[in-house]
Amino acid sequence: MSAPIDLPKWADTIVVPAVSVVAAFLVAGLVVLSIGENPLTATRWLLQGSLGTGEGLGFTLFYMTDFIFVGLAVAVAYHAGLFNIGGEGQATLAGLGVALVLNNLTFLPGFLLIPLGILGAAAFGAAWAAIPGYLQAKRGSHIVITTIMFNWLASVLIVYLLVNVLREPQSMNPETRAFPEQSYIPFMHDALAVFGIKVPASQLNLTLFLALAACYGVWLLIYRSRLGYAIRVVGSNPTAAVYAGISPARVIVIAMVISGALAGGLAVNELMGYQHRLLLEFTAGYGFVGIAVALMGRAHPVGIILASLLFGILYQGGAELAFEQPAITRDMVVVIGGIIILFAGALDGLFRRLVARMLMRSSMARA
Amino acid sequence: MSPAIQLSAINKSFGEVHANKDVNLVVERGTIHGIVGENGAGKSTLMSILYGFYEADSGEIQVGGKPVAIRSPADAIHVGIGMVHQHFMLVEPLTVVENVMLGAEGGVLLRGGEAKVRAELARLSRDYGLEIDVNATVGDLSVGLQQRVEILKALYRGADILILDEPTAVLTPPEADALFELLRALKEQGKTVILITHKLREIMAITDRVSVMRRGEMVATVETANTSPPELAELMVGRRVLLRVEKEERTPGVPLLEVENLSVIDHRGVQRVADVSLTVRAGEIVGIAGVAGNGQSELLEALAGMRQPVVGTMRFGGQEIRFSEHNPHRMRQLGLLHVPEDRLRMGLVPAFQAFESAVLGFTDEPQLGRGPILDHDRMVADLAAKMEHYDVRPPAPRLKTSKFSGGNQQKIVLAREIERSPKVLLVGQPTRGVDIGAIEFIHRRLIALRDAGVGILLVSVELDEIMNLSDRILTMCGGHITGERKASETNEQDLGLLMAGVTDEAA
Ligand SMILES: Nc1ncnc2c1ncn2[C@@H]1O[C@H](COP(=O)(O)OP(=O)(O)OP(=O)(O)O)[C@@H](O)[C@H]1O
Ligand SMILES: [Mg+2]
Repeated sequence: MSAPIDLPKWADTIVVPAVSVVAAFLVAGLVVLSIGENPLTATRWLLQGSLGTGEGLGFTLFYMTDFIFVGLAVAVAYHAGLFNIGGEGQATLAGLGVALVLNNLTFLPGFLLIPLGILGAAAFGAAWAAIPGYLQAKRGSHIVITTIMFNWLASVLIVYLLVNVLREPQSMNPETRAFPEQSYIPFMHDALAVFGIKVPASQLNLTLFLALAACYGVWLLIYRSRLGYAIRVVGSNPTAAVYAGISPARVIVIAMVISGALAGGLAVNELMGYQHRLLLEFTAGYGFVGIAVALMGRAHPVGIILASLLFGILYQGGAELAFEQPAITRDMVVVIGGIIILFAGALDGLFRRLVARMLMRSSMARA
Repeated sequence: MSPAIQLSAINKSFGEVHANKDVNLVVERGTIHGIVGENGAGKSTLMSILYGFYEADSGEIQVGGKPVAIRSPADAIHVGIGMVHQHFMLVEPLTVVENVMLGAEGGVLLRGGEAKVRAELARLSRDYGLEIDVNATVGDLSVGLQQRVEILKALYRGADILILDEPTAVLTPPEADALFELLRALKEQGKTVILITHKLREIMAITDRVSVMRRGEMVATVETANTSPPELAELMVGRRVLLRVEKEERTPGVPLLEVENLSVIDHRGVQRVADVSLTVRAGEIVGIAGVAGNGQSELLEALAGMRQPVVGTMRFGGQEIRFSEHNPHRMRQLGLLHVPEDRLRMGLVPAFQAFESAVLGFTDEPQLGRGPILDHDRMVADLAAKMEHYDVRPPAPRLKTSKFSGGNQQKIVLAREIERSPKVLLVGQPTRGVDIGAIEFIHRRLIALRDAGVGILLVSVELDEIMNLSDRILTMCGGHITGERKASETNEQDLGLLMAGVTDEAA
């Protein structure tokens, strides 16, 4: 039993996450200090590597694109009261969808092939999420368990397919042949070059704009649409949903379908925008980062953009940091990410309380 | 002797809303002190400040003559203040003993602590005549007994002063009587009780003094013996209130809702509604009287399409409703609207802004937006107009639903359903937790609806309400309809017998 913490919206959405990030960096600094490195230099490398150069920034935004999609995926399910841990698996299957579409329709021109590839990703991701959604809705199988199981199934399935079915006969690598060139989503540096703007080459591609559009779409869906209304009722008060004539089972399946389709965006960015073939483990655990991103971003698209940027900085800057200061390994960087997740997610309540107290003090001082 | 509690010049604002304005209150030791006031007058806020849920913006709290700082419920418990909330804070799968121990376990090994708790509970039960099976699982207990566990919990923690916020709103009349017995026993043992209620009958029956709040201010404190319900009502509302709304005789029109031999079985396989037949005609109010938990809730839900009946037939406006197409959505389209009994769990979404809660169940109406997108500005404007009409306070459509006081939440639900011109309106406990001024208003609205030709099926555990509003009264007991009376030809004793299952045939 504890007092309800009521914070003004701006405090809840900006101040609390900001405080938890700062606290996480302080603790991470202590960890860096404890292995005998200077946290300030480390921070400098981190920022320098992620934002300091055009190339670094490109990579940061590339990661951000990945994180936006998986963050949105978690957020949409979350609004329906579902904890979708299955972003990894859904993105993996989306990759399969991309490969099947692109490598089977090689005769199509780019302006048809690219949208079809994106649709393929969305459809496969959606289908992979729909099954746990259906099991939750009709059988009550807990979505957390089933989506975790489906992550394993997806990874086993893709290994099997890439080794035995989709691999090119003469290739030794478990990957498909390259996608047809007209299906490549243009790199940002190439696209900008058309307008005479020169930026350093990086993996960043136009999928970033698709991600930002998805943010707007999700905002419209969740906060403005009739369907989003139903999703939020189911997530926040299932009894009221029944009263209102909203079928929770139907809404659960729909929310999972949308969630899975969004997770598919990861495959679009990684495969259609960069790798140009389907290969093993292209999801690289980003599906799980999506959980942290959504938590930190309060399941709101704007928050998710900011949180994705932060994690983009961390991933890109962290790679540079590991390169420049060998004592700080990649694992260290993962630890720092973990600390942020811990602070932004698990210890969230602590910081809310803290901020509430500070606000109370200052408002009393003014009175 | 210094008073048990003295509050001086307490102020508390929530943004624009000044919920407590320079409130002073003295509660004498060993008395039962009532607090009454309109919905949103600031009663719960004041008690939440006393119990450490909120911190006052300014003002002083003295307990037993000493100034104290209460920043959290833990502080309140420390100075001997306990509170029983309307929504219980119990862990249902645990037993009574375990619930009482929670947070006061005392030591790593539970065993020593548990023995102590058992001994103490035995003593408390003896002292106050509080009978309860301490080994029972809390989830299996009735609401009245769960409330008793809450009281035990507070007493176990050494509460000398007990705050009860609308404790009887959820109780059946016999349960309420038992609660009052207990409160009297507590008073005899020197404990102090603060009781918030909207039922003036209860104030008159049990309190020693009563304080009246209006719009955030404490407007009077009087000896109960020197006052009367009409006087209290006038102090609360600031004008004379009709405690009983007049209505004219009407001849009902065509049957709108006809139900035959309806039975409902719940998810545990227990039969809740047994072989119920009833008819609601245009322009009449049919009341269903019964002790809570005798199938009224399930009957309403079945009629509204929220539950599937197992057998029976149902006709609406002469048209047969097949159970395969019986759902809330369809019933709403046909013109059967529903004010549910439990507004927070069913009728509203507490986390939504009020204007969103105000369209719950109606989001597919085309005029609420364009295509798949809802028009928020329009929804806000709609609710603003209704809020003015229904005198909802504060008239803030964008405020979160949970931040309105109980009575104002109820008005939001009523406005939503009534203003959509139903053909038949199902109404469950329309005035639970609602102040007397608002009760008068709600009763007037319902009677106006009836005069306009709407058929109303009213379920209420308040016999007064049933008798004042209904044209015809059905009694329910154990899922069965046990009798039918014209409202003008019955009385409380008569209905009481029927509600207890003494049917006409048996009598
Ligand atoms: N957390 C909150 N945020 C904003 N406003 C609030 C909050 N809690 C209460 N209020 C407002 O403060 C006023 C007083 O509310 P309070 O709950 O104390 O009324 P009450 O007298 O207990 O009413 P009721 O009889 O309906 O329970 C109301 O206008 C209410 O809307
Ligand atoms: Mg209240």
